[in-house]
Amino acid sequence: MSEILDVVIVGSGPAGYTAAIYAARAELAPVLYEGSVTAGGALMNTTEVENFPGFPDGVMGPDLMDSLRKQCERFGTKIFTDDIVSMDLSGEIKVLTDGSGNTLKSKSVILATGSAYKEIGLTNEKRLSGRGVSWCATCDGFFFREKVIAVVGGGDSAMEEATFLTRFASKVYVIHRRDSLRASKIMIERAKSNPKIEFIWNTEVIDVLGADKVSGLKLRNLLTSEESERDFDALFVAIGHLPRSELLIGQIDLDGEGYVKVDGRSTRTNQKGVFACGDLVDHTYRQAITAAGTGCQAALDAERFLASH
Amino acid sequence: MSAAQPVTAATFDEVVLKSSIPVLVDFWAEWCGPCRAVGPILDQISEEYAGKIKVVKLNTDEESAIAIKYGIVSIPTLNVYVNGEVVKTVVGAKPKPALLKELAAFI
Repeated sequence: MSEILDVVIVGSGPAGYTAAIYAARAELAPVLYEGSVTAGGALMNTTEVENFPGFPDGVMGPDLMDSLRKQCERFGTKIFTDDIVSMDLSGEIKVLTDGSGNTLKSKSVILATGSAYKEIGLTNEKRLSGRGVSWCATCDGFFFREKVIAVVGGGDSAMEEATFLTRFASKVYVIHRRDSLRASKIMIERAKSNPKIEFIWNTEVIDVLGADKVSGLKLRNLLTSEESERDFDALFVAIGHLPRSELLIGQIDLDGEGYVKVDGRSTRTNQKGVFACGDLVDHTYRQAITAAGTGCQAALDAERFLASH
Repeated sequence: MSAAQPVTAATFDEVVLKSSIPVLVDFWAEWCGPCRAVGPILDQISEEYAGKIKVVKLNTDEESAIAIKYGIVSIPTLNVYVNGEVVKTVVGAKPKPALLKELAAFI
C-alpha cells in the first residue's frame, strides 16, 4: 500500500472503536486493526456489563463491542481483523506491518492495544494452562461442572469470575493474599452472600499440582508462613492485567510497569503523531467507559495534530 | 470447499483416527468468543494445506463424550492426531503465524 493514511488505530475494544468513531466522523478515513483473535478486547470475555452508562438493564460485553464496531463502520472506518506485528513510529511517516505481511504508512497512529491477564508466575501455572489453569471464567468455567474451583485475586475481576463460576462449580474458593478485598462493595457483597463461595484469606498460591491436569494447589499462609496442599480441580487467576506494550519498547516512553506515558491529561505520547488510550495507558480506572473516553480524546488529539502538520 | 468440516462421534473414528494424513481437531462451542475468532483462520489453513493436514471441528456441546474422552477443559483446544494418537495440543486462540509455527512439523 503506497498511499499515506491519516490515522491507523492499533487495537479495538471501547478505546479503539470509540477513537475510530470520532476519527471517521472527522473525515480522517481511519484504518483500524482489531486483532486476529483478540478483536473486541477484554469485554469479549465477560457476560453482563451493568456499569456502562446508557444501559439501565445492562448489556452483554460482546454485544456492546458489536454495537461499537458497527458504529465505527457506519462512519467509514476500514476494519482489518488482523494484528499489527511491528511498528516504526520514529519518523514523520509511521510505518506499520500487519500479520499478513502488508505494510502501512500513516501520518498518525492511535495505540489502543489494551492489557493482558497477569500470571502468578509459577512454572506449573504455565505448564497446566488450558488444563485446569485459566484466566477466563466465561471461556472455561463450563468444563468444571460440580467441581471445586480456586480463584486467586481480590479485585472486581476476581469477584466476577468467582460469582460466575458458581453457575457450574460445586464450590468456589477465593484465595487472596490480604484479609480485605479491593473490589467494589456491590461485587464483594454478592460474592460474600453466595453460599458456594468461601474465602481463604492471607494466603498465596505457591505451586500448582497435577501431572497432566490440575489436581490441587500448594498454599502459603502469609501470616504464619505455614504451607499446605489442598485439592482443587481448577485454578482461575484473576490478579490483574499488564499493558500490551511489547511492540513499543525502545520507541515510546513507558513507565516501570509497561504502561504508555502520556502528556498530562492528553493522549499524546513522547512521539509526535502517536497517541495512546485505554488500558494501555490507564493503571487507575480501567473501565470500559474510561477507555471509551480516552479513545475519543485520542481521535480529537490526532485530528488537531493532523490539522497543523 | 475445503474449509474445516464438522466431525461427530459417529464419524470420528473414520475421519480422524483412521486418517492417513495428520488431522487437526478444533474443539469449539458456539458461545466461545475465541473459538469463533480462530474459526476463519483454521478454514484458511484447511484450504491452504489441503492434502497435508485435514482440519475438522468438534462441537463440545453436541459431542461432549468425545470432549471428555480427550480431557478437554478449555476451548478452543486444537489436537493434532497422527495414526489415531494425539501428538500435539494447542490451547487457546492464536494468530495465524503462531498457529503455523505450532503446526510446522505437520505441514
